[in-house]
Amino acid sequence: MRPNLILHVIAKFVIPLIILFALYVQFHGDFGPGGGFQAGVIFSAAFILYSLVFGLETAEKIIPHHWLRILASLGVVIYAGVGIESLILGGNYLDYTLLGSNQIAGQHLGILLVELGVGITVAAAMLILFFAFAGRGRE
Amino acid sequence: MGNHISLLLVVVPLIAAPLVAVLPRGRLPWAVSFAVSVVCAVFAGIQLWSVLQGGVISYELGGWAPPWGIEYRIDAVNAFVALIVAVIAALTLPYALHSAEREIPEEKIPTFYSALLLCLTGLLGITQTGDIFNVFVFLEISSLSSYALISLGKSRQAFTSSYQYLIMGTIGATFYLIGVGLLYSQTGTLNMQDMANILPSVLHLNTVVTGFTFIMVGIALKLALFPLHLWLPNAYTYAPTVVTVFLAATATKVAVYVMLRILFTVFPQTFTIATPADELFILAGMAGVLSASVYAIYQKNIKRLLAYSSVAQIGYMALGIGFATTTGLMATLIHLFNHALMKGALFMAIGAIIYRIDSCRIDQIHGLGRAMPWTFGAIVIGGLSLVGVPGTAGFISKWYLVTAALEQSAWIPVAVILIGSLLAVVYVGKLIEALYFKPLTDNGKVVSEAPLMLLVPTWGLVLANIYFGLDTDLTVGVAEQAAAILAGGLKP
Repeated sequence: MRPNLILHVIAKFVIPLIILFALYVQFHGDFGPGGGFQAGVIFSAAFILYSLVFGLETAEKIIPHHWLRILASLGVVIYAGVGIESLILGGNYLDYTLLGSNQIAGQHLGILLVELGVGITVAAAMLILFFAFAGRGRE
Repeated sequence: MGNHISLLLVVVPLIAAPLVAVLPRGRLPWAVSFAVSVVCAVFAGIQLWSVLQGGVISYELGGWAPPWGIEYRIDAVNAFVALIVAVIAALTLPYALHSAEREIPEEKIPTFYSALLLCLTGLLGITQTGDIFNVFVFLEISSLSSYALISLGKSRQAFTSSYQYLIMGTIGATFYLIGVGLLYSQTGTLNMQDMANILPSVLHLNTVVTGFTFIMVGIALKLALFPLHLWLPNAYTYAPTVVTVFLAATATKVAVYVMLRILFTVFPQTFTIATPADELFILAGMAGVLSASVYAIYQKNIKRLLAYSSVAQIGYMALGIGFATTTGLMATLIHLFNHALMKGALFMAIGAIIYRIDSCRIDQIHGLGRAMPWTFGAIVIGGLSLVGVPGTAGFISKWYLVTAALEQSAWIPVAVILIGSLLAVVYVGKLIEALYFKPLTDNGKVVSEAPLMLLVPTWGLVLANIYFGLDTDLTVGVAEQAAAILAGGLKP
């Protein structure tokens, strides 16, 4: 890959901002527009930009493929685990009310954790898809 | 526990699926999946038992009351279908161990079991939920995982057939979603029970009729109802045998269930009869039985032969729906159960042959019946059940179907059912002739009986075929209750 100074500098400047914005969308999702799905896509966009500019091999060094697999699974387990937790606390599946000291705190914590699970899975799945297509024809 | 069982039936395989995906290679993924499928089968059994004792189970997800929240609503109809799906899964998984090791590359084994569990989650979810949009979500979970499962097949055609199914399946799911959207725009609810209460007042609107049509066509695609069956033969032929066993015995059955729910629970029965829907079901059913049976006779690939036979069997179920009487619905529900037993047994036996000779062409299996007597026995009994010989499960379903047709003095369907059975004699006979009466092809290979892990689940289903042909308390008894629920206001 031919190094391109302008791209390198701009990408290094922009990528942290993209990740910061992704985290904002993730954790502000329960007050404003946003949530796990959107945040996950934005988050993975930062990594996709990185691998477009610095090359696929460098990007795969940062996040190896088997880690992506574990992360993609982890998100689903977090989501379903929150449901099981509320089941253990004596409520119905995904009844967040019981997770906190009062109803508002419980609902808040529940949706935050569930959206975190969504975010992790979506980001990992997007990257798996990207690497699967970008890596075609290498072997 | 109580009602939580209905929920855990969906959540247990859902949680297990991502865990299995990250397990190391080897036999651990299989062991976990097998344990999960057994747990599901036990839960489904308990659920059916408690529904038969105490009526309807309603479970509010997240503690939100219906019609706003998602409700799992289980009566005899869902509990029966869920039991079929869960039991077939529990029988398929022991079979999967050797069959998958032979047919699926080693590095994909954990992903394979993960996709199988996701498919199980989706299928069980469809049966459990009482929310018409939630059905779509689970339909997509089961479909997406089955596209992945089919593409794991050995030959290159597995990719094209999986892609073909992807396109057809997505069109079907989209049609269903458009239909649900149209109904939602007129009723403002997605809960099936709530929608059933509101729909009678808006039935005259064209939007509702259009929505109904979209949903019917969409599910008919998923169901592989003739003439929308074109994806099925390829998908069943090129998928790994375990996947074919599982999908043939469960996926289309669940689609039949959705059809019954929409036709008889969500929409008032009078509407179904007033529209040409019931006549179309009879017409499509008859055409499917005849044409698919004839196609089956001319196939050179055993899996393809059985796949066309499946299309024909779906035709029989469509006939039962089309009669729109209690007996007709009973026949459909009984055939749903019995067809899962016979096709499961037949595909498993074929899988045992493929395990030994690595081919499923009819001219390669000449004389193998004598080398593999137990596998051959399973094919003979499964085949007899497919034909509908008295003493097998197939006879019971044909009997109720003919009774339903005679009640309505529908002579042409009666004739079609009988001709369909005769055509089944021809294609099953073709299999048996090749396996037993043709001389062994001499290619230097010595073929021995299939391993025990393949034979035990196969014979489990074969014996179930005989058992449910003699003792019909479970099938007919439950189907009677389920049909009564569906057919609420219909003539008996």
